[in-house]
Amino acid sequence: MLSTYRVLDLSDEKGTVCGQILAQLGADVTKIEPPGGSPERLKGPFVGDINHPERSLFWLAYNRGKKSITLHLESAEGKEIFKRLVLNADIVVESFQPGYLDSIGLGYPALREINPGVVVVSISPFGQTGPYRNFKGPDITIDALSGYMYLCGDTDRAPVRVSYPLAYGYAGAQGAVGSLIALYDREMTGEGQYVDVSAQEGMAEFTLMAPLFWDILGKINTRSGHFRGGTSRKTREIWSCKDGWVTFGIYGGQLGGRVNRELTMWMDSEGLADEFLKSIDWETLDMATVPQEHISKIEEAIGAFFSRHTMAEIYEGALKRGINLCPIWTPRELLSSVQLEARGFWRQVEHTELGMSITYPGNFVRSSAMPPSDMGERAPSIGKHNDEIYRGKLGLSVSEISHLKEKGII
Amino acid sequence: MFESVFKGINIAEFTIFGLGPVTGKFFSHYGATVVRVESSLRPDPTRMWPPFAKDKPGLNRGTFWAHMNTSKRSVCLNLKHPKSASVTKRLIEWSDIIIENFTPGVAERWGLSYEELKKIKPEIIMIRISNLGHTGPHLTQRGTGSSLQGLAGFTNLTGWSDRDPAFPYGAISDQYPPPLAAASAVAALLYRRRTGEGQYIDLSQLECSIPFLGPHILDYVVNGRISGRMGNRSLCAAPHGAYRCKGDDRWCAIAVFTEEEWGNFCKALGNPPWTMEPRFREFRQRKENEDELDKLVEEWTLQKDAEEVMTQMQAAGVAAGVVENPKDMLSDPQLIHRNHFPKVNHPEIGSYVARNDAFRFSRTQSYIKRAPCLGEDNEIIYKGHLGISEEEYVNLILEGVLE
Repeated sequence: MLSTYRVLDLSDEKGTVCGQILAQLGADVTKIEPPGGSPERLKGPFVGDINHPERSLFWLAYNRGKKSITLHLESAEGKEIFKRLVLNADIVVESFQPGYLDSIGLGYPALREINPGVVVVSISPFGQTGPYRNFKGPDITIDALSGYMYLCGDTDRAPVRVSYPLAYGYAGAQGAVGSLIALYDREMTGEGQYVDVSAQEGMAEFTLMAPLFWDILGKINTRSGHFRGGTSRKTREIWSCKDGWVTFGIYGGQLGGRVNRELTMWMDSEGLADEFLKSIDWETLDMATVPQEHISKIEEAIGAFFSRHTMAEIYEGALKRGINLCPIWTPRELLSSVQLEARGFWRQVEHTELGMSITYPGNFVRSSAMPPSDMGERAPSIGKHNDEIYRGKLGLSVSEISHLKEKGII
Repeated sequence: MFESVFKGINIAEFTIFGLGPVTGKFFSHYGATVVRVESSLRPDPTRMWPPFAKDKPGLNRGTFWAHMNTSKRSVCLNLKHPKSASVTKRLIEWSDIIIENFTPGVAERWGLSYEELKKIKPEIIMIRISNLGHTGPHLTQRGTGSSLQGLAGFTNLTGWSDRDPAFPYGAISDQYPPPLAAASAVAALLYRRRTGEGQYIDLSQLECSIPFLGPHILDYVVNGRISGRMGNRSLCAAPHGAYRCKGDDRWCAIAVFTEEEWGNFCKALGNPPWTMEPRFREFRQRKENEDELDKLVEEWTLQKDAEEVMTQMQAAGVAAGVVENPKDMLSDPQLIHRNHFPKVNHPEIGSYVARNDAFRFSRTQSYIKRAPCLGEDNEIIYKGHLGISEEEYVNLILEGVLE
């Protein structure tokens, strides 16, 4: 879809997902790494736990379909080369400290002078301006300051973050939309613009209605362990079963009536639905007004039923009956999902230098205008496309390139 | 000056819950005419989700719905009515993009398959978002993001290593499809501009979410390892956690990654003797003695306000952040600086906080207006935009087509 557009990706782990999404939508994305490689390559886990820039699984996961060139941005020659690349670029993605690119003369005002149509996207922890702009922002601080962390965890312990960084992946997705809105605008007006993404604002969206409860009713939602959060009734969301957990919420009325009736019938077929459960009119059950002890009684019966079965048994039965329920999966179960297999989601990619083939998640988008689940090339090695781009696109000679290499610029 | 990026772009939303509506918001905030096609006979259940203004339920009183549908129009159309087809047809002719997120099969029953849409308007762009995609054996699985986040792998990663998983608030897997769907839709508009061709886009909530756990999944694929719940700990930082502060349920997150940051951290605490002990000398030792380390850090934080801990740490070059509760969020100086929660006025709700996007443009302003009441824009859309005559409009009302 975006095959006519060129993206220069200067970002580290904070912005890399933005370029990945644009690549998956068909854009020509070139990662510009400092000589020696991007700091992303130092992020684990590593293939075989061997810490090496060509073995980072973080790098391999988020740079598919991108090209790689190396360039020392702070050197005078490096700046000149970068400016020549910007002449033919549509989008530049960066995630340096706010103000860094300006300080080396490559900020948006400078790039705009070279190419008025260019869209520059900055992805940072808190945004380019404001009181927190210079704050350090690893994932946990964003989780905290976005309000999301406060809402997760057990009631008797500290709030918890998800044990996997989410803030910058989501900021990357926001950066992709923002840059494309600006690109669309450019096609209408001829002018590019600057896009300033805040990871804190992105993560704040995960809090859904929690700030609204405060705004409109003065109520504070809190973390609630295995239960659905909120300030009304407590309903269980996470249930133990034989070999793990399933996640299922009891909703009343229109949303849950049919599902709860199906589940009751299923339990009854195994002699596990008590009279109380069978007497409930699920269609008129209002979860906002039903007494908490009724909820507990319902949950006790359902819990006893789930604990007799495995995740796979429960999931299969739920799918058959149209019950909205999911097992709590890990990558192991995901990799053997029959649904994902039928969709051809997973992609095998050869890695000859590692002597292995790696299964990757496929493209998120399936479009009638693009080949199915095409992920493009595997993530590149450091500077893999130096020759193609510096010689092929910029027309540098072999001796110029080797001179730049000697000086440590590429 | 308000510059409208998507001026002249028309979008009809056949949507429900969050995924479809939040996708449409990326367009309504930037000048597209985005119409939610609803029915008073079967309103979107989220219209009846709390919180409600003054705690009084009502279809136009829920602020969550109002939050997810800012700057949009609402019309009513009973798609089950035999005479609705001619209205639907004109709506499709008018639209550049159709967004749809019902359970697979539902839109087909209304005559809204891509094949049908294409017959009416060949260059239409259709964006469909469902739980598991529009093909495959489990395509019709119903569900909400709150359980699907379990399937995608997020729930197993939330909580403490010595306990069952904790429920991640809301629905993590609901977050990813809207920006990805909106990015795809803008890409499709650019493609149509270039080629004149429309397209069909099928997004699955599961497939949109999995890539965001990419390295976690590759770690299993390549190394056979499944990393699990770690509470607030990190493999490459210590201290790394949320520490209790002065007051009721007040916490501050602190993260120390490098030796330089550890030095700064100790200095900020006034270099108490315990920080000099060999058991905390380097990262490896701190990691080995993390339980004791956390206790000592908390002894210090307990004496202070969370805000004070954050300010002191950040001034010293150490990552820290108040674990903000919903009240804090609305008074967070950075979110205020970015105008993350603009106030809007609604005829039934009164004043409520809407939400800005996570990006700001140097030239383009976002255009955040209150959400519409159910069917509020029937007249302007049907007569003004679709060109339905007064006589036909009245007949459609009388026959119950616009319910």
